[in-house]
Amino acid sequence: MIDIFINNLPILIVTVPLMMSLFVVLVTNSYLSFLLTLATTFITFLIAILLYQEVQSYSSISYALGNWLPPLGIEYIIDHVSIIPIIIISGIGFLATLFAYKIMPSELSDSSISKTYGLWLLAISGLIGLVTTGDAFNLFVFLEISSLASVALVAMGAKQDRQALIAAYNYLIIGAVGATFYVIGVGLIYAITGTLNLADITSKLALMEDNRALIAGFGFMVVGIMVKAAVFPLHIWLPRAYAYAPSAVSILLAATATKASLYILARILFSVFLPSENIVSFTLTYIILPLSVFAMFGGTIMAIYEKDIKRLLAHSSIAQIGYITLAFSIGTKSSVAAGFIHMSNHALIKGGLFMAITSISYYIQKRVTIENLSGLGKAMPITFCCFIICSLSLAGLPLTAGFISKLYLIKSAISSEGLWLSFMILFSSALSLIYLWKMIETLWLSPLNKKDIKIKEKPVIYSSLLLITFLNIYFGLDASLIVNSSFNASNLLLGINK
Amino acid sequence: MITSAMGIWNYWIVFILMMIGLFIVIGRKNLLKKIVGLTIFQTSVFLLYITLGKITGGTAPILTENSSTIYSNPLPHVLILTAIVVGVATTALALALVVRINSIYGSIEEDDISAHDLIDYHDQNNTLKKSILQNSK
Repeated sequence: MIDIFINNLPILIVTVPLMMSLFVVLVTNSYLSFLLTLATTFITFLIAILLYQEVQSYSSISYALGNWLPPLGIEYIIDHVSIIPIIIISGIGFLATLFAYKIMPSELSDSSISKTYGLWLLAISGLIGLVTTGDAFNLFVFLEISSLASVALVAMGAKQDRQALIAAYNYLIIGAVGATFYVIGVGLIYAITGTLNLADITSKLALMEDNRALIAGFGFMVVGIMVKAAVFPLHIWLPRAYAYAPSAVSILLAATATKASLYILARILFSVFLPSENIVSFTLTYIILPLSVFAMFGGTIMAIYEKDIKRLLAHSSIAQIGYITLAFSIGTKSSVAAGFIHMSNHALIKGGLFMAITSISYYIQKRVTIENLSGLGKAMPITFCCFIICSLSLAGLPLTAGFISKLYLIKSAISSEGLWLSFMILFSSALSLIYLWKMIETLWLSPLNKKDIKIKEKPVIYSSLLLITFLNIYFGLDASLIVNSSFNASNLLLGINK
Repeated sequence: MITSAMGIWNYWIVFILMMIGLFIVIGRKNLLKKIVGLTIFQTSVFLLYITLGKITGGTAPILTENSSTIYSNPLPHVLILTAIVVGVATTALALALVVRINSIYGSIEEDDISAHDLIDYHDQNNTLKKSILQNSK
């Protein structure tokens, strides 16, 4: 009995939240639907941990869906690479659900809460499916499941601010164009290889020379995924979507949604198109590297001039995505590992920052702008401490998780690209201190509004914030877990040749 | 030249539809027309897949006693069946959003909507300034 459960873990992690999402929608009681969602995300996280342990001993698990063996059937792959985003998505999913308990009812009407939780689970299951599947077309389906669910989640913010509808609409249209680009690419690759299994595509591509269909297919696939991952010039949907979504949804999306697409990007670049090395290295050096540098500075500068805090954090996310793609674009083993390290650390940092801002907006009952923050640090010390620690982690100061990722990123940049790139990284992190300091200054040094004095922090709100802040410090002090699994991932992804 | 161009007739149609669809999505300011453009764009991709699966002289993949029958590739059709379902879901969600936008903003023209948002933004700023003034008094 237990055997059946253990053998089918790779599919259970996708189907448990998928099936529960259908069930949660039918529950009319909002408290009950919260409990069901919490239980489901907890089970998903447990399955992820079990899979992590299995990956440590078997290195790669291939699961044939419905016993149709790959390359003909759909294959689910759990290995050192895909386990990282799986742990991030399920872990942050659990923490964000825990945090959403009081936040959701404060922003949404009672009748829409269970529907929101249904979409919430659907988005989580879509994202996990996206990273587990080893089939190019199945990947598209999960891409659309996750993005349609996130669009509907963003649109739920319409009760707070009607701009959420426009944000959701733009997200939907741009996302759908991106996904269609990906499908065109898959079609072209299918035309020349005759297979949809990602591993099989690699072995078929190894037998042929570079041709036009391959280049076009590669381009379409990469651009499609870059739209979903919000890589710099294709990021326009992101700030609005994160800013106007319900706060709990912002936490979930900011910490997980782009990470899954970034993982797919890494996998397409380094593993699927491994045989056509010329095209990949051209794309990395001449397209992704300059775009990442633009993203680092563009995102940070836009954040400096932004007054709305949620939008500010979304702009800073674009800069952080820039660091991750920069790490990928250098293309050595240590830099790709740095990319994965920053991927998991950024999920912790942004999750923490969005949670802190959400708690503030919960207490002051208003949209959080820079003026509204005035003096709140004195009224809510715990939230403020967590906010400072996460901010320092974002800027990359020592003893925080952000420091570890910056350290590895700069180390790998120096060893392969020289000093100029590491200088750019340091300079843009220094710039990010400007907007972080702006917030901390108003929180602590400005006078407190009279009506905010009565604010009392509730443990039910700050417990998950404390937990995520603790993780930020813990992984800053003892980073061996993240660093080791990231290096395992990059070793597996880049293979023996680099 | 002409015969070779005619031989890939379907691909020309795919290409033209793709460009028309993408142009409408980018160029039109009307939210509903954007959805029409998106649907045309997606349909062109469906046609691309179906064309890939067709083999000259091939028939539907049903087993017959004649072993020399040439079959068209059924896999792209199955894939496109899935893609159509995804496309319907996308269109449905987009239309639902447009209905909500129309009922709240009273318009589905992008320019009108951004004008509304701009007015909102200024109103917010004005009330903010007032509240700050009151606080400082």
